[in-house]
Amino acid sequence: MKKRVGALSWLYLICFMLLLYAPIMVLIIFSFNATNSTSVFGGFSLYWYRELFRDAATITAFKNTVILAVVSSIVSTVLGTVSAVGYHYSRTRWYKRALMTTTNIPMMNPDIVTGISMMLLFVFVGTLLHVTGVLGFTTMLIAHITFQLPYVILNVLPRLSAMDPYLTEAAMDLGCTPVGAFFKITLPEIRSGVLAGLIMAFTLSLDDFVISYFVSGPTFQTLPIRIYSMTKKRVTPDMYALSAIIFVVMLILLIVINVMEDREIGDYRERRREARRAREQEVAVE
Amino acid sequence: MNKDVIITLNDISVAFDGETVLNHLNLDIRDGEFVTILGPSGCGKTTTLRIIAGFQEPDSGDVLFGTKVMNGVPAHNRPVNTIFQRYALFPHLNVYDNVAFGLRVRKVKEDQIKEKVEEMLRLVDLKGFNRRSIDSLSGGQQQRVAIARALAVDPQVLLLDEPLGALDLKLRKDMQKELKDIQQRLGITFIYVTHDQEEALSMSDKVVVMDKGEIQQIGTPTDIYNEPSNAFVADFIGESNILDGIMLEDYKVRFSGRVFDCVDKGFEPNEPVDVVIRPEDVDVCPVNEGMLTGTVTSVTFKGVHYEIIVDIRGFKWMIQSTDIQYEGERIGIHIKPDEIHIMKKSCYSGLYGDYSSFSDEMDYIDDPDVDISDINDITELSDE
Repeated sequence: MKKRVGALSWLYLICFMLLLYAPIMVLIIFSFNATNSTSVFGGFSLYWYRELFRDAATITAFKNTVILAVVSSIVSTVLGTVSAVGYHYSRTRWYKRALMTTTNIPMMNPDIVTGISMMLLFVFVGTLLHVTGVLGFTTMLIAHITFQLPYVILNVLPRLSAMDPYLTEAAMDLGCTPVGAFFKITLPEIRSGVLAGLIMAFTLSLDDFVISYFVSGPTFQTLPIRIYSMTKKRVTPDMYALSAIIFVVMLILLIVINVMEDREIGDYRERRREARRAREQEVAVE
Repeated sequence: MNKDVIITLNDISVAFDGETVLNHLNLDIRDGEFVTILGPSGCGKTTTLRIIAGFQEPDSGDVLFGTKVMNGVPAHNRPVNTIFQRYALFPHLNVYDNVAFGLRVRKVKEDQIKEKVEEMLRLVDLKGFNRRSIDSLSGGQQQRVAIARALAVDPQVLLLDEPLGALDLKLRKDMQKELKDIQQRLGITFIYVTHDQEEALSMSDKVVVMDKGEIQQIGTPTDIYNEPSNAFVADFIGESNILDGIMLEDYKVRFSGRVFDCVDKGFEPNEPVDVVIRPEDVDVCPVNEGMLTGTVTSVTFKGVHYEIIVDIRGFKWMIQSTDIQYEGERIGIHIKPDEIHIMKKSCYSGLYGDYSSFSDEMDYIDDPDVDISDINDITELSDE
């Protein structure tokens, strides 16, 4: 009886994994295809990878994507952390609730609505200021920061609430100014939340298409937009190669983060064991 | 012993959301004293400490350090340091860096810091713990780090907010002794907040008893215990029988239907008063020799003594005696004049000091319609 359940659950797991990863496996396999067929594997080759790095427009789009992701995620992380701290220390309840709802709106709002409304706003302001071709890097940066902010705040807030509220007081008690206490004590304490927010903001920026599509102009294109524009013709396998590279980079990043976390948890458990031993000794000495 | 006043709280009032936390509080702290602020939770003792530390501004009144008004001076510019209830050690720093924190803020040279940190860790008996992380320490060790961290910056006054509350009972006793020891060795003023009356009595030079945002009494531990100023203090510090009495004239008080000699004077003739008699001051004697007589209603063995509840004219007394008595027995009691303490009536009169509500008789008192003496009569009858 038990064995059958085991076999079934294995079967389920395999099906599950297949469904989840088959598309990516196919993508990676076909990125090494020697021909440009989407159905016949014509032998192993790195042709499409070479081709990819020869395509100047794609490389520029890739660079743009990374620049935008780096700048927007850093700005939104700084702003988001500051907002989270402000939110955490404010005492008026209705004010806090209103703030949180406002923060959540960009997250709940369908991307398409956010995208269209932002485009409208930018064009409107552009016309007011008599600027032509207002859509470009700046508008994309503003848009990306806007939709990243709630994610940063939501990553930082739990760390702040988990922090011992007396830590900052202790720092000030020992002579730190409030600002000094923030950098010396609060920031190290909420570091993991800030980092998680940064990574999330970064990845959100990397793969955002809908909002970016509306607020981008001809002067500044990101990879998702470039790929989309290419689908109007025919997707060439160099895009497979690009996708494969992105996937592998992400995979490595994820594994590194997991290993680091694991090690941290291991270290923490070791320290707690030590504390328990110390406690037992104390009691034994009595 | 008459040293300079280094901290003065002058007519301090604080309210949170319209609720009074401190009500016109006045307090002087002298240099080198071990002062304990004692009171039940919510009495305003922690708020008092936070006002001195600078984490809380009073709504009205002044905080003076020496003669300098400190109102509005932020915590980081005050020459006092705090030991927090849960230590508030910095988890991302190791023991050494925690202790060095205040010195680094003050931009002291690293070699001097090293010297000072080593000295402090020796003082709290944590030599060789420099590189240990905070998580790897037991509660007692964390407590020591907190003490070292606060003392490293040479504060004039150390504020301690229930520092031993999180420790096991045995460890707490040891730490009490150690804290007192450190205080005497360094000669620093300690302001110690606790709700543990035993802790307060055993450690302090001066005890400040607080309730409802007001100081009820200030005095030495023996004063507080022997001469409580009102029913609240008498009940909060140790056990007490508190009876309604009439001060007939100087040295003569009437309670429990009898006139007693006492050592108090200075009351109006026939002034109603509260009479305090500590359970350990009551002597048990044969019925015919007793000043008062009553029926034993409960006996509990406490190790050193028996705790005996005696019903005398409807009032339940607690008596601590090394001789066993038995439930239902009639006994007499004898009280010496100097063991009777007379207090003026206060808002606390009648609230405390009757042991009707003690232990197993607890169930009855919630019902106002039931007269407790009636119940006892009934149980006595049914026993026969």
